[in-house]
Amino acid sequence: MSIFADPRWGEALGHLPDYLGNHVRVSVAALALGLLVSLPLAIIARHRPVMRGALLGLASIVQTVPGLALLALFYPLLLALAALSLSWFGVSFSAFGFLPAVLALALYSMLPVLRNTITGLQGVDAAILEAAQGVGMTPRQSLFTVELPLALPVMMAGIRTSAVWVIGTATLSTPIGQTSLGNYIFAGLQTQNWVFVLFGCVAAAVLALLVDQLLALIENGLRNRSRFRATLGSVGIAALVVATLAPNLVRPQTNYIIGAKTFAEQYVLSALMVQRLKEAGLSATTREGLGSNVIFEALAADDIDFYIDYSGTLWANQFHRTDIKPRQELLAELKTILAKQNITLLGELGFENAYALVMPRKRADQLGIRTIADLASRAANMSIAGDYEFFSRPEWTALRRAYGLSFRGQRQMQPDFMYAAVASGEVDVIAGYTSDGLIAKYDLVTLGDPRHAIPPYDAILLLAPKRANDEALRKALTPLLGKIDIATMREANLRASGNDAASSPDAVAQWLWEKVGKR
Amino acid sequence: MPTMPLIAYAHVGKTFDAGRVVAVDDVSLDVAEGELLAIVGGSGSGKTTLLRLANRLIEADSGTITVEGEDVRNVDPILLRRRIGYVFQSGGLFPHLTVAGNIGITPKLLGTRPAEISVRVDELLDLVRLDRTPYRDRLPHELSGGQRQRVGVARALAARPRIMLMDEPFGALDPLTRDALGDDFRELHKKLGLTTVMITHDMTEAILLADRIAIMCDGRLLAQGTPSELSKSGDAYVGELLRTPRRQTERLSALLPREGAA
Repeated sequence: MSIFADPRWGEALGHLPDYLGNHVRVSVAALALGLLVSLPLAIIARHRPVMRGALLGLASIVQTVPGLALLALFYPLLLALAALSLSWFGVSFSAFGFLPAVLALALYSMLPVLRNTITGLQGVDAAILEAAQGVGMTPRQSLFTVELPLALPVMMAGIRTSAVWVIGTATLSTPIGQTSLGNYIFAGLQTQNWVFVLFGCVAAAVLALLVDQLLALIENGLRNRSRFRATLGSVGIAALVVATLAPNLVRPQTNYIIGAKTFAEQYVLSALMVQRLKEAGLSATTREGLGSNVIFEALAADDIDFYIDYSGTLWANQFHRTDIKPRQELLAELKTILAKQNITLLGELGFENAYALVMPRKRADQLGIRTIADLASRAANMSIAGDYEFFSRPEWTALRRAYGLSFRGQRQMQPDFMYAAVASGEVDVIAGYTSDGLIAKYDLVTLGDPRHAIPPYDAILLLAPKRANDEALRKALTPLLGKIDIATMREANLRASGNDAASSPDAVAQWLWEKVGKR
Repeated sequence: MPTMPLIAYAHVGKTFDAGRVVAVDDVSLDVAEGELLAIVGGSGSGKTTLLRLANRLIEADSGTITVEGEDVRNVDPILLRRRIGYVFQSGGLFPHLTVAGNIGITPKLLGTRPAEISVRVDELLDLVRLDRTPYRDRLPHELSGGQRQRVGVARALAARPRIMLMDEPFGALDPLTRDALGDDFRELHKKLGLTTVMITHDMTEAILLADRIAIMCDGRLLAQGTPSELSKSGDAYVGELLRTPRRQTERLSALLPREGAA
C-alpha cells in the first residue's frame, strides 16, 4: 500500500486553503512592514556610521532570539499595550494572533534587508556618485535614479533571504494564535501524526522556494531591464497572494472559535466540540496549539469563544493561589473569580487531568514507593522529567516545599516522549498527566499526594465574556458536561497518540462521542 | 582682457583633513569667454580640486569664485552644476543607463519633455560622431573607452552649457583615439562657442589643444599663459614640463621623414 493511500493526506489537504491562506497573509504583511521600516532606515543610516552600527547590532541581536521566543514575547507586550491604549484612549485591539505574529516576524525580517541595503548602497562606485552630483542631481535624485538601481541586486538578495526566513519562521506563530502552516507541525507533533508534520514542512518549504524564485525573477527583470520578467514575477507574487487569500474571503465566516492548548487531549476535545456545534447547526473552527497563558488571555479578551481548561491550572497559574481547597470548594470559588472577569464556567466534563508524579510500577513496588512522601527520601539519587511548563509552574514549587523534594537532575521533554523515557529508565520519575493513556500502556503508576500539594484539576468548559448569554451555544455544549470519565478520556488519549488514520483528533472525537453521547 | 572673464578665481584656498593637506593655495586665475584653458600639473598638484571648486562639487575655504559674473556661493549648487558641463575621467557614465539615458540625464533633471530629449540625444550623437542607431540603446559596458568618452562629452553638452569642465577627459585612452577625440573636441569647442577648462597631466596635449595653459604644483599656480609665453618663463618646473614636448618634437622630426606613407 502506498503511503499516500493514508487518509490523513486528504485531511491535511483539506486544511490547506485555511492554513496556507493565513500563512501567506501573515508572511506578506510581516515582510511588507519589515521592508517599509528597514529600507528607509538603511537609507538614512548609510552615511551615519554610529546609527549604522547601532541598527545592524540591534537587528543581529533580534536575530539571535529564537523565533518562537520572539513571537511569544510579543503577545504579553501587545497585551500590555492594548490595556494601556484602552485606559488612555478608550480604544483596544486584539493582542492575539495576527498582530503579534506580524510584528515579531517583521522585526525578524529586518537584518538581511538592512545589511544588504547598506552594503549595496555603500558598494556604489564613488566615481559614479560624483558623476551624479556633477550632472546636477539632488541627493534625492542621485539616490533614486543612480544609487538604488545600482544597489538593487544586493538589496534583492537580502529581501529574498528575509522572505524565506519569514515564511519559515511564520510556522511558529501558531502558539500565539495565528493560524499558519505551523498548525500541521504543532498538531502533528502533539498527536504523533507524522503525516501532518511532513505535510506542514513541505508546504512551508515549497511556499518559501516559490516566493524566492518569483523574487529572483523580478530581480533578474529589473537588472536586465526586462519589463517582461519583472512583470511576470510581480504578477506571480500577486497571483499567489490572491489565490491564497481568496478562499479565506469567500468562505463564510465561522461563528465560533474554539481554543486548544498544545497537547493531544486538547486537540481531541476541541474536535469533539466542533462536531457537537456542527450537529447543532453552528459553525465553528479551532485555534490550536495555544500556550497555557495565551489561551486564557485570549478568552478573556473575546479573541476565542470557549475552551477547556483545568481548575488547578487556573487556580495556581492564573490566579496565583497557593492554598489548596477541596475539589468542590475550589470549583465554586473559581467560578466566582472568573465571573468577575465575565468569564462563564459552564461546568465540568467529568474527569481530572492532574499533574502527578509517575514512575514504572515495578520499580515503585521494588522500592516500596506508593506516595510522593515515600519518594522524597530517595529523590536525591533520582532524576525527574517534566513538560516545558512544569518546572516553572507553582505546583512544582508547592510539591518541593510540601515534601522536601530534591532530585539529582531535572529535564524538560516533549510530553509524548517522557512516558517512554521513564518506562525505559532514561529518567526515574516524570511529572505526567493523570488522564494520559500512556500511563496504562507503559504500566506506570501515579504516586499519591497525601499532603495535597497538587490542587484538583477538573476539566472545565469556559465561555468568553461575549458568549455569556449565548443560549444556542450553551445548549450545544451542555450535553458534554459530566459525561467523560477518566477511564474513557485515557483511552481516547491513548488512541490519539497512535500513528495511524484512526488516531486523528477528529476520528478519536467521533469514537469518544459514540462512547459517551448516549449516557 | 577685453571681455569680463567667464570664470574667475580670486585668492582661492582649500584645505582637507582639518587643514593638514593644502590642496589649493591662494590661486587667482581668470578664464575668458571662448577660451580653452588647460590646467597642467602632477598628481596631488590641486588641479582637480581647483576644477571642482568652479561648480561647487567642492566648497572653497577662502577667496572668491565667480561664474558668469556671479559669486558661486550665491548660486544654488544643483542649478549651477546643471548649467555647467562636466566630463569625468574615464567617462563616469551611469552603468545601468543606456547611452541615450546617460546623455539625456541633465535635460531630464531640468524637466525637458521626453520627445525633446530624444531629438537632442540624436543631435548630440551626431555632434560627437557616434552613429545613432547602433549606439543609442547600448549600455556603457558595451562601448570602447573612446566611445564612452564621446558619450561623456555628449552628456556634458546636453543642456547647452556655456562652460565645460573636463577632468583628464582623454587620459585613459590609447594615443590614436586620444588624438582623434582631442581634435574633435577642439572643433566642438569652437563651433559651440564654449568656454572650457580642461585638466591634463600631459603637456603635449595641453600645448596642442589649449589656447592658454595654467601650471600647478603643490596647490599653487606657478605660471599661466600661451605656450610661447610659458616658454619664456624662468621657472625651473615650467621649463622641465616644456622640455618633454620639445625633445619629442626634435626626435620625431629627426626620425620621421617629411614625406611618406604617414
